[in-house]
Amino acid sequence: MARSRLSAWLVTLPPFAWIALFLFTPYCLLFCYSFWSLDAGQQVVHHLTLANYLHLLQTPLYLTVILRSMRIAFSVVLLSLLIGYPLACFLVFQAGKYRRILYQAVIIPLWISYLVRAYAWKVIFGNEGVMNTLLLWCHATRHPLGFLLYSPFAVIVTLTHIYVPFVVLPVVAALEKIPPELLESSSDLGATAWQTFTRVILPLSLPGVLSGATFAFLLSFGDFLAPLLLGGPSSVMIANIVANLFGADYNWPLGAAVAVLILVMVLVILTITQRLERRWRVA
Amino acid sequence: MSNFLRLENVSKRFGEHTVLASISLEVERGEFLTLLGESGSGKTTLLRILAGFEEATGGRIFLEDEQLDALPPHRRPIHTVFQSYALFPHMSVFDNVAYGLRVRGCARDEMTARVEEALKKVHMEGFSKHFPRQISGGQKQRVALARALVNRPRLLLLDEPLSALDANLRFEMQRELKVLQREVGITFIFVTHDQSEALAISDRVVLLRHGKVEQCGTPRSIYSTPRTAYSASFLGKSNLVQGTVLDGVADCADFSVPVNVADGAVTFSLRPECIAPVTETAQAGEQLVPFVAEVVAEQFHGADSLLTLRCASGTELSARVAGPRGNGGWFAFRAQDLVPLEQE
Repeated sequence: MARSRLSAWLVTLPPFAWIALFLFTPYCLLFCYSFWSLDAGQQVVHHLTLANYLHLLQTPLYLTVILRSMRIAFSVVLLSLLIGYPLACFLVFQAGKYRRILYQAVIIPLWISYLVRAYAWKVIFGNEGVMNTLLLWCHATRHPLGFLLYSPFAVIVTLTHIYVPFVVLPVVAALEKIPPELLESSSDLGATAWQTFTRVILPLSLPGVLSGATFAFLLSFGDFLAPLLLGGPSSVMIANIVANLFGADYNWPLGAAVAVLILVMVLVILTITQRLERRWRVA
Repeated sequence: MSNFLRLENVSKRFGEHTVLASISLEVERGEFLTLLGESGSGKTTLLRILAGFEEATGGRIFLEDEQLDALPPHRRPIHTVFQSYALFPHMSVFDNVAYGLRVRGCARDEMTARVEEALKKVHMEGFSKHFPRQISGGQKQRVALARALVNRPRLLLLDEPLSALDANLRFEMQRELKVLQREVGITFIFVTHDQSEALAISDRVVLLRHGKVEQCGTPRSIYSTPRTAYSASFLGKSNLVQGTVLDGVADCADFSVPVNVADGAVTFSLRPECIAPVTETAQAGEQLVPFVAEVVAEQFHGADSLLTLRCASGTELSARVAGPRGNGGWFAFRAQDLVPLEQE
């Protein structure tokens, strides 16, 4: 009895220690920093103050960037769902013997470095990139299209490309869980294929859609590299601000305050989606 | 001559494998027909072909002279009750039952009335707001029945609907199903692998074996006059007795019986309950076949006992008798209970 208890402790201790050391401690530090301030000599003053948060609220720039980040993240979610949901449906219901290979095709891009995939879009969207060369060649445009690169458009396309698998996988999992008899039963009771989709498949796949959308939203919302590499000044996102405050500006307290704000928003979104998911998950 | 449902040479092959070999069958309106067979006999495939989930490789199906084969499942006036019930987990009992009416665009008032009537019919009227996860297996079964019946199908297919229920509940549901079928007057085609269920519930049983009809008839006729050794042993317990027929008399080692069969080696079926101690079966006008046997084993079943008898030649026979029977003595059966079987 005592021994099994001891071994249970030994098994659970490493992950606990890992989380405490590398997750909980940094968050605590971050939280503390957000209430400290800088003196004239850029030294951290260890006095509790709400100045950082007040500054955040009083400077419209932060709100603008946060709203822009949300807008971009939301667009990514919409696009990912538009691409990912039909793909997941095809994979589960239609692909037949090609199912495994298609599934792999969805997963394999996840093994390739984020940087490589982001740079690939740079090559595609650049002034002398694949897209503009093609458009010029077939006389669809006279001058290279400038808005392709260094714009929210480029950021959205890149993030969608990167996060589509995160939408496809949970939706596939949800669709696979639908027993085939339910679909047979629906058509047996007189429903057309479309009615079966809207009344049975779609509602039963909503938990998967929600968790996929949450993944895509949160990962896009906090993304830092895509706006850095492909977005111009018009598509700076909140993570870039944090990076700048910690890096170039060396203002850790203000950076920490922005980070805490993001963290709180993420937690709120997660709580809401988890509640919804629990309500939608049936049987 | 038009039957209600007519299957003409329906066959199904998956590649080289023949699942159904040319099934022809006629079903009367209002009949309770059971497709009985082991797994792999093709009974479920036949049901799925009727529902439209599978396409037959050959043959034709007519429902009241309308050819069904080309119709997709949602256009057939046929509904199915699935083994797993297949209730929609995200819909209440009411919405489940209303599903078929909704997708056909039934008016709200009529729909509510019909759903409530259907739920009443299966004794589930208080459960319309419950979800499938909140009700028991037997209750789900009732809802599945109501969901199919509410659309007033011309034919109801039931795919082993009772196999997931425990023995007592299954027994109760068999009775209710039969009563319900009489009440609604809809033709039922019921699939099961349980021979006692088939005998208890059906107007007519079709015994399938390797995708062919082995025997077809009322439960009584198929039980009392099995056509083959397979029929005899699949439907209840039976003694298979070997004999040689010469000039209308079967010589079976321990007894000789007058029979109406051509000369040659014949296998007979003799049901255990047809054998009784001599004194009990002696009735005027009946031709009894007596034999001596010792009792080598007795299994007591409550209402009766199953005895294992060893005859003088060493042949062992099972006999079902009421009350204990000591060590042996004279036993007998009626000559007509010895049923000649076709050679396979």
